Amino acid sequence: MFRKFVCLSVLFTAALLTFSTPTFASGGDEDKTGFIMHHIKDSHEWHFATFGHTHVTLPLPVIIYSADRGLDVFMSSDFQDHDTHKFGEAYGTEGFYIDEHDHLQRADGASFTDLSITKNVAMLFLVILVMGYLVLSAASHYKKHGVKSPKGIASFIEPIVIFVRDEIAHKAIGPKYKKFVPYLLTLFFFIWIGNLMGLMPGAANLTGNIAVTATLAVLTFILVNVNGNKEYWKHVFMTPGVPIPLLLVIVPVEIIGLFTKPFALMVRLFVAITAGHIVILAFIALVFIFESYAIGVVSTLMVTFLNVIELLVATIQAYVFTLFTAMYIGGAVAEHEHH
Amino acid sequence: MDLILPSSGLIIWQLIGFLALLFILMKFAWKPILETLEERESSIDNALKAAEQAKAEMANLKSENEKLLQEARIERDNILKTANEASVKMIEDAKQAAISEGAKMIENAKAVIENEKKAALTEVKNHVAQLTLEVTGKLLRKNLSSQAAQQELVEGMVKDINLN
Repeated sequence: MFRKFVCLSVLFTAALLTFSTPTFASGGDEDKTGFIMHHIKDSHEWHFATFGHTHVTLPLPVIIYSADRGLDVFMSSDFQDHDTHKFGEAYGTEGFYIDEHDHLQRADGASFTDLSITKNVAMLFLVILVMGYLVLSAASHYKKHGVKSPKGIASFIEPIVIFVRDEIAHKAIGPKYKKFVPYLLTLFFFIWIGNLMGLMPGAANLTGNIAVTATLAVLTFILVNVNGNKEYWKHVFMTPGVPIPLLLVIVPVEIIGLFTKPFALMVRLFVAITAGHIVILAFIALVFIFESYAIGVVSTLMVTFLNVIELLVATIQAYVFTLFTAMYIGGAVAEHEHH
Repeated sequence: MDLILPSSGLIIWQLIGFLALLFILMKFAWKPILETLEERESSIDNALKAAEQAKAEMANLKSENEKLLQEARIERDNILKTANEASVKMIEDAKQAAISEGAKMIENAKAVIENEKKAALTEVKNHVAQLTLEVTGKLLRKNLSSQAAQQELVEGMVKDINLN
């Protein structure tokens, strides 16, 4: 098994080096590792692979809303050179262009909103489709068969649902947990499936994008504070058992604490997923930097190992995000002071 | 695009997408799934409780049966015992009655025999006496017609007295 794997990785490395030589031979180390950041960041087109001069990409819609021009819809291929697939000021369309850093710009400098279906938005739709299909088909089983034992997708979904309900929601929130279970379930499945799909070759780094994690963190922040009861707010503004002069210090700290909680959620998921992707890609980049078969074998082994770790991280991060959300909700709806 | 600067487009799409997913799943998936799970859990709980109850009832019934059986056995034993006693007593009584009846009958018979005997004896005595009287009369008339005979009789009598 192991020997087969080593042989395969040697072969694979050989193939990769042969293909990549014409692409990278001319450039320096920057070009050889540039694909890492290119993968981590969002883009207006979905780039899968480049064989020599053939770019395998999926052009994506570029949607622009501006106060003066209204809604404009283009394709990302309208903004790039047909041969090199490079973005640049020279390839603009109708007063808009995408610069070298993949930022949409307006030639006259007026303000606009970029609503493009970028690589991550497309990935978001894919994740939503996959998750919606999984969960809805599981739900249809329950609607059809009632309380009978779960079959198919339902038997895959059910233990996770029960885990989130009993181990996360019930334990962290307490008796009023039922209201929050659907949100926690959606959160868990979205992050988990997003993480797993992000690990697939050619996929976008959706859950490792700060916009995505920030949105989820803000939703949690709103949910927590909307459901905060009297005791929760009293704890923030009139912390019990603290002398009044000290409140001058404690209250600002508590208020900052309200915001650091979702901030930590946002940063944790973003960093964990992005770092995982960077490490995996860095090991792949080693092959191009050293252009050596030995490194290729080691890299393949390491990448396989890291992928397995990433499977674990994908689950753990989904669990942690959901658990902390549940704990913050639990703190906001708790009836008694826990000291 | 920047790594740590969230882009507005993705935030908007993420917000729309996630909220849409949340509400669709909430209404069409999580609600039925969670309700069914709860229903199933409660039905399992109920079934377990019912089984436990049935088991307890069975045990109860069994012990009740046992008790009934025990009672029946005791009753049977009692009945047998009393029947036995009654039969023994009846036999004893019958025996006693037979014995006493027999004794009575023997007594009666004896009395009758005695009476008959007495009557017979009396009759015989009377008869003998009569006969004796008749014989004696005849003899006397015949033998005592002479002085010598009378003498002889007295002498004979005296002789008898002496013999006695």
